[in-house]
Amino acid sequence: MPIAIGTTDLISILPIAIVSLFGVYLLLQSVFAPRMNRILIPYLGILGVGLAVVGNFFLIGMEGTAFEGMVRVDRLTVVLNFLFLITAALSLLITISYHEGEHVEFLEFTPLVLFSTAGMMVMGSAESLMTIFLGLETMSIALYVMAGFRRTNRHSLEAALKYFLLGAFATGFLLYGMALTYGMVGSTNLTQIAQYFTQNALDVPLVALMGLALIIIGFGFKVALVPFHMWTPDVYQGSPLPVTAYMAVGAKAAGFAAILRVISLSAFSIAFQWSEILWVLAVLTMTVGNVVALVQDNIKRMLAYSSIAHAGYILVGVVASNDQTVPSVVFYLIVYLFMNLGAFAVATMVAGQNERRVNIQYYRGLGYTQPLLALAMAVFMFSLAGFPPTAGFIGKFYIFSAALQSGYVWLVILGVINSLISVYYYLNVVVAMYMQQPVDEKKIAPVLPGVGVVILVAVLGIVYLGIFPGTMLSVLR
Amino acid sequence: MLLQYIPILVLSVIALGFAAAVLILTHVISPKVKDPVKLTVYESGLPPQMEARLRYPIRFFVVAMMFILFDVEVIFIYPWAVVYQQFLAYGSFIFWEMLLFIAVLFAGYLYLYKRGAFKWE
Amino acid sequence: MESFVWYIPILPLTGAIINGLFGRVLKDKAGWIASLSVLGAFGLSIQAFLLVREGITFDGNLFDWIVAGNFHTSFGVLVDELSVIMMLIVTGVGFLIHVYSNGYMHGDPGIARYFAYLNLFIFSMLLLVMGNNLLLLYLGWEGVGLCSYLLIGFWYQKPSAAKAGLKAFITNRVGDFGFAIGIFIIFKAIGTIYYSQIFQQTEELLAAGVLTAATLLLFVGATGKSAQFPLHVWLPDAMEGPTPVSALIHAATMVTAGVYMVARFSPLYSLSEVAMAVVVIIGTFTALFAATMALVNNDIKRVLAYSTISQLGYMFIGVGVGAYAAGIFHLMTHAFFKALLFLGAGSVMHALAEETNIQKMGGLYSRIKITAVTFIVAWLAISGIPPFSGFFSKDEILAKAYAYHPLIWVLGTLGALLTAFYMSRLVFLTFFGKSRVEPEREHHIHESPPVMTVPLIILAVLAAVGGFVGVPEVLGGHNHFGKFLEPVFAQAEANLHLAHVSHTVEYGLMAASVLMGLLGIGLAYLMYIKASISPVTLADRFRKVYRLLSNKYYVDEIYQKLVIDPIVSFSRWLWHAVDEGIVDGIVNLSGRLMLLFGLILRRVQTGYVQNYAALFVLGTLILLAYYLLS
Repeated sequence: MPIAIGTTDLISILPIAIVSLFGVYLLLQSVFAPRMNRILIPYLGILGVGLAVVGNFFLIGMEGTAFEGMVRVDRLTVVLNFLFLITAALSLLITISYHEGEHVEFLEFTPLVLFSTAGMMVMGSAESLMTIFLGLETMSIALYVMAGFRRTNRHSLEAALKYFLLGAFATGFLLYGMALTYGMVGSTNLTQIAQYFTQNALDVPLVALMGLALIIIGFGFKVALVPFHMWTPDVYQGSPLPVTAYMAVGAKAAGFAAILRVISLSAFSIAFQWSEILWVLAVLTMTVGNVVALVQDNIKRMLAYSSIAHAGYILVGVVASNDQTVPSVVFYLIVYLFMNLGAFAVATMVAGQNERRVNIQYYRGLGYTQPLLALAMAVFMFSLAGFPPTAGFIGKFYIFSAALQSGYVWLVILGVINSLISVYYYLNVVVAMYMQQPVDEKKIAPVLPGVGVVILVAVLGIVYLGIFPGTMLSVLR
Repeated sequence: MLLQYIPILVLSVIALGFAAAVLILTHVISPKVKDPVKLTVYESGLPPQMEARLRYPIRFFVVAMMFILFDVEVIFIYPWAVVYQQFLAYGSFIFWEMLLFIAVLFAGYLYLYKRGAFKWE
Repeated sequence: MESFVWYIPILPLTGAIINGLFGRVLKDKAGWIASLSVLGAFGLSIQAFLLVREGITFDGNLFDWIVAGNFHTSFGVLVDELSVIMMLIVTGVGFLIHVYSNGYMHGDPGIARYFAYLNLFIFSMLLLVMGNNLLLLYLGWEGVGLCSYLLIGFWYQKPSAAKAGLKAFITNRVGDFGFAIGIFIIFKAIGTIYYSQIFQQTEELLAAGVLTAATLLLFVGATGKSAQFPLHVWLPDAMEGPTPVSALIHAATMVTAGVYMVARFSPLYSLSEVAMAVVVIIGTFTALFAATMALVNNDIKRVLAYSTISQLGYMFIGVGVGAYAAGIFHLMTHAFFKALLFLGAGSVMHALAEETNIQKMGGLYSRIKITAVTFIVAWLAISGIPPFSGFFSKDEILAKAYAYHPLIWVLGTLGALLTAFYMSRLVFLTFFGKSRVEPEREHHIHESPPVMTVPLIILAVLAAVGGFVGVPEVLGGHNHFGKFLEPVFAQAEANLHLAHVSHTVEYGLMAASVLMGLLGIGLAYLMYIKASISPVTLADRFRKVYRLLSNKYYVDEIYQKLVIDPIVSFSRWLWHAVDEGIVDGIVNLSGRLMLLFGLILRRVQTGYVQNYAALFVLGTLILLAYYLLS
């Protein structure tokens, strides 16, 4: 059985390879380079990500599998690669500004981001359950370490430990599910799994369904679906802010990429077997996320619950399971990238040294002391709440219209009610910024260039996608 | 088809219920007398001398972790070696592949070395 | 054309963004950036005009804008004979007014904001006239409304200005509501919003029986935007804004959007006799109604505002009777002379330190000559004295109106008499006779700087000779203007069977209307220069009429009593009884309930990993049980 590795194979993993190579190179730099040059590491990381973006352009237009059916390159792959790379670049930019105020050295941080990004991209371009698992673990293990990066901080350590323990726990379920599926199908190849489900659509063996259910649970953990979400608030709160931002966007997008590949695309023909379950999960996730977010006064925890709620919205698109599913979900992930990274970037600026100011009360009067920062935060909050003409509105609109197209009227009604609930806690921040007096006289440090770029990109992205969503959508379609 | 398993379900419920009932009952009706002697750890009649949990230096864990890491990675070389001859017929890719793998491994080793993970102070 | 046509709206938008963001730094330079951006757009419009003249029109999409299921709309423009004329007017007159504003607004602290709004207005107006679909038309429609609101209330420190802005906005909302419903009806009936497709499917609209309803509802929007009765009340109050704004928005461009809209939808209007009749009747009534109110007003800008309403009525007569080209022709000449009148009024006010009462002017002719001469040119043009531009356009409308129904011609000509009279009254009281200027303003009188007078002169030339592009055949001309627009209105004219008027009759009509103009001027001359008839005794004799006119027929008061008061008291009731009692109650209750849920659910978050894992397993078991038991 010959294995031939050709140029096509290598090109199809070009961005992944570039990012991984830079990861290894920067890991060595972090110990070998003279101490003076080590501050350059995050910048080199951004350079690596930039090269990978360039590399990704070679993938445009490719359609097919590589590495003997382990990797798939199609339009979804390319878009997801861009998404992950942009997330990585913006997170690194936040990091540059962040660790100036921290005592911990962030040397290995950049390589870890790069490894994790490589893992995400592997998940996005997976054509086999094995590949997905490989990517998932690469991503997760790096994230476990990153969560505990402020190792002098008790919460950070707690976050890392909890994330690791529960992550390993969930991985067990996922792997068991994959094993069951493999047992029934006789292959881990997604195309063959799809064929199997199509052939047995009328009478799907129970074991295969169990396998699918366990896989849903495994991915559900990564994207924080209720009731597999319990780790999220603690981990988001304890992790350093740039990690939280990266995790909230990147890991969630990767999880949904896997859900799209395995559930939406491969198990499409038996959608009636899993859509009810995902329906319930979506409603639970939206509701619990939004309702608990109402009573949070820590911005990180609030954003953590908000990210749970948003996972619920995105899941609505998956439940729809029609030809709108993939475009609407990916579009929402892109929108979510901008608004969430933007919000975390602002939070990083407000939090200041050692993340002392993470309580919402510190946002009071920000509209007067830091008008531009506050304006940006207001844009992010309005977008998260789904107000037109921000991208958040368009994103929700497409998700909900996909669900309506499949006749899930009640799901959409519940989704809209949830959006209404969410307005309360998002606008809470806006109200604090514009209608209340500052609690202390301490000035917030001026916005650093790294974070400034992130905020600017995020605002532009939200406004652009909010007003002109057509171009992006026609790309996704 | 699941109907025929109903008796088993009934049996399990009864068994579990009985066990739970006994546990709860003993907890509820047993007399509770708390005195210091009763609360001490049972050590064959001898008074306990120190904490049962011993604290090891963290370095043991680090070394153990590194051992497991490299051990697991090196295991990959076994299946590789088994098919090496067979695949060599199709080109030298299999050779370079493992070289790349070992190179990455070596990069990790270098990192650990420079970071001082092998120092025992 | 595709290569550059996009830049026409984008240039002013860029100007607006630059001035909006960096206004504080730019200060007075903002005006030149704004003017240059509009000049650029004007240059490109000329380029487009030259291409259109060679028969090259353009209808294309730049990018997909909203895609949702079956609904699909693009950001697309249509450049044909009609829109290119509108583009030229908007950018050309717009540029002159921008330049003028540099002088007029000099030293105002909000000058950058002013120019940002003005540029934004040009952008919206261009969207309105260039869009190739209803949605873009509506976007432009709302955009110009918003800019108008912002600019009327530009001096928001003045309560009257802020109030006037609000009034304009609310009155327009009433019209826009009808407009939006009209659009919905069209989309519902034939499922498209593109002009080209709508005009191909006029039969379907007719068959669905909604054509008349849709056109009438669209016309409701036009009455709001173009200040036709009964939604005309906002325009006189809109004079609270800076004078160049009145010239640009409330005379030359925005208020003509309704006329443009009816002309653009001529293939639909021409199919409904009812809709056409309504347009004509409203237009005729407004033309007369507004002219009578102008007779007695003493505020220089308000007289011009009533005159604008009246002239817009003429344009609606034109597009209503099927003389689309004539309507647009009058739109263009009106843009020249009315912008000139407003800018001249601004120059007068500039000279008199913001005095607007014409009873406190007089004898200004020799003191501010350029302003006076240009103003007189505009006066002759609007009075319909040949060979000034207004004569040609107004007479073309009236000739076609005669063919439609002689009564319309009679009323229109009566309106022409009134127009000539009140305009002459304005000119005589302002520039001639003895000076009645208050002493403390007397020494202040001076001619405006060149930056203001040069636009006046250019507009005066246009107002004088602008009519020659459309000299009718009866006078030996070739009516180039009408011929140019013919392709756009061909479809509509095929639906109509317009009666033709013989040349003899046309000569007679023309002579009659010129006579009426001269009569009006003569009457005013007798009253205000010769003083052989005393206006005061006249007003005294017809006291009741005078009171009715100077109180603007009590329309504002009627609206107050009939519409606003009931709504306010109903709103109060809603507020106290329904909102505070029921809605707030429910909202507060559900809000509290949600917070309570939140607090309870938060308890689940114990912080212990084992609890988290337990819940995880519980969830898994339920999920698996679902499959096992189903």
